Amino acid sequence: MTEEIIIAGFGGQGVLSMGKILAYSGIMQDQEVSWFPAYGPEMRGGTANVTVIVSDDRISSPTLTAYDTAIILNQQSMDKFEETVKPGGVLIYDPNGISKHPTRKDISIYKIEGAKIAAEMGNTKIFNMVVLGGYLSVKPIVKLDNVILGLKKSLHERYHKLIPLNEDAITMGMKNVVKI
Amino acid sequence: MGELRLMKGNEALAEAAIRAGTDGYFGYPITPQSEVIEYLMAEKPHERTGMVVLQAESEVASINMLYGGGGTGKKVMTSSSSPGISLMQEGLSYMAGAEIPCIVANIVRGGPGLGDIQPAQSDYFQSVKGGGHGDYRLPVLAPASVQEMSDFVPVAYDLAFKYRTPVLIVSDGLIGQMMEKVELFDQMPRLTDKEINEKYPWGTNGKPAGQERRVLTSLDLDPHKLEKHNFKLQDKYRTIEANEVQYELIDCDDADYIIVAYGSSARISQKAIQLAREEGIKVGILRPITLWPFPKKAIDELVIKGVKGFLSVEMSAGQMVEDVKLTVRERTKVEHFGRYGGVIHSPEEVLEALKSKIIGG
Repeated sequence: MTEEIIIAGFGGQGVLSMGKILAYSGIMQDQEVSWFPAYGPEMRGGTANVTVIVSDDRISSPTLTAYDTAIILNQQSMDKFEETVKPGGVLIYDPNGISKHPTRKDISIYKIEGAKIAAEMGNTKIFNMVVLGGYLSVKPIVKLDNVILGLKKSLHERYHKLIPLNEDAITMGMKNVVKI
Repeated sequence: MGELRLMKGNEALAEAAIRAGTDGYFGYPITPQSEVIEYLMAEKPHERTGMVVLQAESEVASINMLYGGGGTGKKVMTSSSSPGISLMQEGLSYMAGAEIPCIVANIVRGGPGLGDIQPAQSDYFQSVKGGGHGDYRLPVLAPASVQEMSDFVPVAYDLAFKYRTPVLIVSDGLIGQMMEKVELFDQMPRLTDKEINEKYPWGTNGKPAGQERRVLTSLDLDPHKLEKHNFKLQDKYRTIEANEVQYELIDCDDADYIIVAYGSSARISQKAIQLAREEGIKVGILRPITLWPFPKKAIDELVIKGVKGFLSVEMSAGQMVEDVKLTVRERTKVEHFGRYGGVIHSPEEVLEALKSKIIGG
């Protein structure tokens, strides 16, 4: 199994940390992982993206031009990455802030109301975990137990009290992802 | 099994510096390698091992602190990125002349000049041909993963002290900034002053009564004596060339064509050869792990085996390709492909170049 993912949105949405938690979850189940962020000038423009690869085998290129899954969280990223999903691949997006919805017919498209659900749960910061839950419902490449272990590894101990909230957010995301 | 962590290449390099028993790290921040000193400062290694971490006032100061520290027989290290490494060339030449061990890690970015902060491999010439003035060479290790960013630190120290020379670790913004799984090696003890004095009888550690005066210098105004010193250095470089070549062969057994690529480009090329093999094109990779000494014998063996062409893939305008050509000596086709100035080539572009420049060209 090899899953090649691009996660793209605004800086501050938790794009990079979502990728990091996913990568750590892969390590927890003995898989190979890579995480490569856009750290250059594009980051200064307010957008953030990260390429995450989780695989049973040694990972070759950590940078890619086509992905099994794109998780898209703003319009700029939709414009840039919709076309990079491999035929038969998956696109997951949060419709909040999206003016032009995806139109491709050769991929599976899912919607997750991440921002709305996080606001309803009373903490907009868990937005990325809702989206992660949505992704894991579509592509259960890592077990929830390992995601929690991954969270423990990637969060400083003083934030460990927030793990149950993050787990709830993931569960809410899993329940609320909708196929278009 | 060692401790498993998800780390950036830069962080793995920094953690490995602590674990390898480094006595002193002296550096100055520059993107894309600033995480090295950030990590070291946050980790407070003086509390873990007694290691000193100092932010110098410039790269010129850093390299001269290595001259002083390395000259005492201590394990010292710095890291920077391309423009900062250029500033260190004078110091590296002096250390090569005075035979002082140290590690200098270069997380290469686009150039020339201030360039940009994106990954590049355009410092190959500077790394393997000398860089500073005078007849000298430095062993150059090129990690292609976060794991190797950690593993190569103790390897570099072994080479540095075995041959009394600065050793370069040449990586780039891609390996420095990406995170991968890394298995950390166990903490190695820092040597005591007594152990250093016993192991390195050249170290300028003061002059106790009864000990000969020790001098480390690259200056000798008598040309015949300086020529003799150069002969000794050249002998050392020939020994390194004979004994320290490291490389990896990937899918070369049945290969008609070979991609020669190191570091990030070797990773990208691995994807390219997967795509090629799906189309029935038999291509393998020769990955130099030491850029100097260069794996000439391995290339020669592939030529003799009947390989039909070599594509040197590097994020530069074509630097390593010259060393491939020097080895192949027109017995078969050699071409270069690479994006540069901070642009990362895609696996598809590498495959396309293989088809147009080597197979069809």
